[in-house]
Amino acid sequence: MFHFSNIVRTKGDPKIVQGGPSLKQPADQLARALGWFSIGLGVVEFLAPRRVTETLGMEGHETLVRAFGVREILAGIMSLSVEKNAGLWARVGGDGLDAAALLSGLTPDNPKNGNIALALLMVGGIAMLDYRAAQDTKPRRPPRDARRKLYPNRSGFPKGIESVRTAARQIAAHAGQNEVKQGDERRVP
Amino acid sequence: MKALVWHGKEDIRCDTVTDPEIQDPRDAIIKVTSCAICGSDLHLFHNFIPGMLPGDIMGHETMGEVVEVGSGVDGKLQKGDRIVVPFTIICGECDQCKRGNFSVCETTNRKRHLADKVFGHTTAGLFGYTHLTGGYPGGQAEYLRVPYADATHIKVPAGIPDEQLLFLSDIFPTGWQAAVQCDIEPTDTVAIWGCGPVGQMAIRSALLLGANQVIAIDCLPERLSMAEAGGATTINFETESVLERLQELTDGKGPEKCIDCVGMESHVMASLPDTLLDRAKQMVMAESDRPHVLREMIYVCRPGGIISVAGVYSGLSDMLPMGAFMNKGLTMRTGQTHVNRWTDDLLRRIEDGEIDPSFVITHTVPLEQGPEMYQVFRDKRDSCVKVVLKP
Ligand SMILES: NC(=O)c1ccc[n+]([C@@H]2O[C@H](COP(=O)([O-])OP(=O)(O)OC[C@H]3O[C@@H](n4cnc5c(N)ncnc54)[C@H](O)[C@@H]3O)[C@@H](O)[C@H]2O)c1
Ligand SMILES: [Zn+2]
Ligand SMILES: [Zn+2]
Repeated sequence: MFHFSNIVRTKGDPKIVQGGPSLKQPADQLARALGWFSIGLGVVEFLAPRRVTETLGMEGHETLVRAFGVREILAGIMSLSVEKNAGLWARVGGDGLDAAALLSGLTPDNPKNGNIALALLMVGGIAMLDYRAAQDTKPRRPPRDARRKLYPNRSGFPKGIESVRTAARQIAAHAGQNEVKQGDERRVP
Repeated sequence: MKALVWHGKEDIRCDTVTDPEIQDPRDAIIKVTSCAICGSDLHLFHNFIPGMLPGDIMGHETMGEVVEVGSGVDGKLQKGDRIVVPFTIICGECDQCKRGNFSVCETTNRKRHLADKVFGHTTAGLFGYTHLTGGYPGGQAEYLRVPYADATHIKVPAGIPDEQLLFLSDIFPTGWQAAVQCDIEPTDTVAIWGCGPVGQMAIRSALLLGANQVIAIDCLPERLSMAEAGGATTINFETESVLERLQELTDGKGPEKCIDCVGMESHVMASLPDTLLDRAKQMVMAESDRPHVLREMIYVCRPGGIISVAGVYSGLSDMLPMGAFMNKGLTMRTGQTHVNRWTDDLLRRIEDGEIDPSFVITHTVPLEQGPEMYQVFRDKRDSCVKVVLKP
């Protein structure tokens, strides 16, 4: 089987013969797709806000669209990072803002109401995907109050901690270094 | 053979790959009997250190049995020898090796043009640790080619289990060097940030080197309990103020010696706003590291004290308080570990029963389960502290 990565192997180093399973879940792929989508949309909103407002009949709101573009880009970068879950939740929040902004454009005299309705439909669909991906990529770090095994017996000193302290003190005394002062002694637990 | 192969961010797979071959007369090949996952591997798992390529084999804590030696190994190793492989590949002959500065060996990085560019000078070749340090295949595999094998090995006797010896490859000497760099005096308080495997070793090392008081800082109860078992007084930075507790424990003077066993991925928390800013900058590639621990150490360290950095930093760190660092007259010592400088002494201490580094192992699983264990170790699930893999 052909493995692209084998091309860059230094001669003689092990090459992949057969790939093993990846632990990446479908939700990880979805998060990735949404991340790139977010960045793409953000770039358009940032660079061509006028196109967006014209399509929606919402001229005059270019600055808002630009700001939304920046938000999309940042949420996208986050969704592609190790903290993808936070990025996806940021996107869910952003979808809410998008919907609110679109709704505010739905006025009786807007000739592009049809486009707004379409955009709302899209935002709704994407929001569902965002929500789904955010649910499925929850960090698996145990919560702070989770029950944990503790390791109170793992000192690592087969002869016990006290013997280590005694040995260290003897060495120090031998080496003629400053002796452990009375005042410091009390801090030894 | 089977090996754990890096395919991208958070994507390590157990693939079947071709067996390693002798490429140079100074090579040897070992059959791996035990290997481990290190905190440094997590930086690669997260793709925070640039220079990994899909297809790279992970792993730099490895031991096993020599099954083949090149013609140039010169009797220093024989088939059947049992060796622990230091994570730093060393030639044993260059200026730096002669001084015992093994982790900055001038010979073994086969892609030194990259390191020369990025760091100004090359450092040693490392196993399974990016193309900046040679892109050498790592030891989370059934077999490992050991380059410069005549120098790059620690011979270990039969009769002591792998678990007690394996960590001579990295974390034990790393914790040890971190403590040695502190020039510990019998009256010293040594504060150690991070109670991962490296921090645990540093705690024990500081005690063995005669520290009066060792204080360990982390937020994970299981790791704090292990630190306490090793003789440390503990601080949970999620529930307590590190600054206040350190002041309290040192009569308001601050610890003389501070050790960083956390590195570039310091915990991000809303109550530590600098970590949020670092994380944001890291995401847009405006900063490579999150140096919260360095900042905190410089702030709390007693004037005239020493800061020893074992945690790995990869590139640029922002907002280090150089004013405090300079005016307090602090000394900072750093470095990847010069493994072989310490291992004769440490092996003797293990043989004498002075210390048994296997205390840190919480999970032992077959190599095939390695990919899952990366996640478990990263997420700190199941009270995981150290994972050993058995090929
Ligand atoms: N210098 C070397 O040669 C060398 C060798 C091995 C490992 N390392 C480095 O040492 C570091 C630790 O390795 P490990 O295997 O113990 O990893 P680890 O990830 O298991 O441990 C890191 C610990 O630091 C704790 N931590 C995070 N933020 C903290 C903070 N602000 N204050 C206190 N504690 C905090 C975490 O909870 C965790 O327990 C890594 O950076 C690793 O790359 C260096
Ligand atoms: Zn390591
Ligand atoms: Zn050398």
